[in-house]
Amino acid sequence: MGQETLAVDLRDVVVRFGDFTAVRNMNLQVGEAEFVAVVGPTGCGKSTILNAVTGLLKPAAGDVLIFGKPLVGLNEQSGYMLQQEGLLPWKTAEDNVGLGLVFQGAPVADAREKARVWLAKVGLKGFEARYPHQLSGGQRKRVAMAQTLILEPKIVLMDEPFSALDVHTRRLMHRILLDLWQADRRSLVFITHDLDEAITLADRVVVMSAGPGSRMVGDVAITLPRPRDVSSLQTTDAFIALYRQIWSLLGAEVEKSYATQD
Amino acid sequence: MRRKTKVLTTQVAIIVGLLVLWEAGVRASVIDPFFFPAPSTIVARIVEWMATADFWTDLGITLLETILSFVIGIAIGTILGIWLGLTPFAADVFQPFIKVFNAIPRILLGPIFVIWFGLGLASKVALGVTLVLFVAFFNTFQGVREVNPVVLANARLLRASKSSLLRHVYLPSATTWILSSLRVSVGMAVMGAVVAEYLGSSAGLGHLIAQAEGVLDATGVFSGIIVLSVFVVALDAIVDRIEKRLLVWRPAQAHEA
Repeated sequence: MGQETLAVDLRDVVVRFGDFTAVRNMNLQVGEAEFVAVVGPTGCGKSTILNAVTGLLKPAAGDVLIFGKPLVGLNEQSGYMLQQEGLLPWKTAEDNVGLGLVFQGAPVADAREKARVWLAKVGLKGFEARYPHQLSGGQRKRVAMAQTLILEPKIVLMDEPFSALDVHTRRLMHRILLDLWQADRRSLVFITHDLDEAITLADRVVVMSAGPGSRMVGDVAITLPRPRDVSSLQTTDAFIALYRQIWSLLGAEVEKSYATQD
Repeated sequence: MRRKTKVLTTQVAIIVGLLVLWEAGVRASVIDPFFFPAPSTIVARIVEWMATADFWTDLGITLLETILSFVIGIAIGTILGIWLGLTPFAADVFQPFIKVFNAIPRILLGPIFVIWFGLGLASKVALGVTLVLFVAFFNTFQGVREVNPVVLANARLLRASKSSLLRHVYLPSATTWILSSLRVSVGMAVMGAVVAEYLGSSAGLGHLIAQAEGVLDATGVFSGIIVLSVFVVALDAIVDRIEKRLLVWRPAQAHEA
């Protein structure tokens, strides 16, 4: 195997906003082709971590290493899928998906051709010419997913991408995401507050403490075999055992975050 | 659909009713045709005009002035709006000046423009431009400023360069604002052209009306006004077409609002 370089390596990262310490001594290692989910109570600075990995946010202390090299400026290897809707309303689904390629200087015709392939991959064949307002919430999410993945980033960052969807649509999204990842494994950091989602998708679940000054309080390997069946997985004993184990860490932090909110 | 026909029937009934009353009033000598010439006289005058080459020249000149004011005004306003929208410093510096300039009743600049640019086309276009420019400017400015921050963040995360952002995000966003103000802008452009013509010129619809007014010819004034209204409605229909075509991506409710 040889020595494996980590795709993302956060070492003792501290993030401050003025006097407020959002994240304290965060250590997070994500291997190549590893799917890591980060869970934590609301306001614990989960998104802050992604911003540090993208390079949008400079940590006050600590190192951000991307494939072994310190991150300077914006991360060229990462693709970021936001929680909220970010599609251009005046562009069709295919033009939205191909947007990143056009930004890179690709001719529009080429970008469209590639976008059509990606739309088919996320199950939206036939929706190429639709505008975002003509798509459902789940369909828009799929367009957004294709928009991020078409650039083939080595590191995919997702910030609660499916949190606004209903349970059934969310399960569909999980299936699509897992299929895509199974076919072409990349490093993926997935932020969520939903533990079910985290266990269903990830190789590893990292638990963060309640903010401010949140840190990592748990790191659990998800040993469930792949490929996973999204619809039946959550009722298996192994899943429930993992859920209990992680909830014993996360539950306490959620309680704490409620206490500080009052 | 039935409601639509009902509305249309009522509208036609109101117009026909008014015109009949007016016509009858004049014929029965209840209304003084010196002040309110009968609709039939007005129509006869318009038909008479339409047979002359001069009328079409006047119409053509007003149309040219309108189009020039419109295009130049929109271009300058848009460029200014984008620039100030994207540079907060410049916006802070220039905003009070723009506000003051916008507060001037622009019509009053007409005589100055006639002095500066003469009786020809230039003074008319200048007035039209000052009217259209601000509508376009304020809308572009607003459009650039109110780009959805998530859309913007997403485009940046897709590594959009500054010029890409301008082309794919800021401009389309501003376009919707500009387009929704096009109808106002067309009205402004026509107003600029006609008022400037009225104030001093040798041709155009405004000139036609001013001439009729000069000899206390109410029929001429009314006819001119009717021709102008038809002119504006026709331009409006064209703008409507353009707007519908460019805003296909917008949800239907926002369209009708």
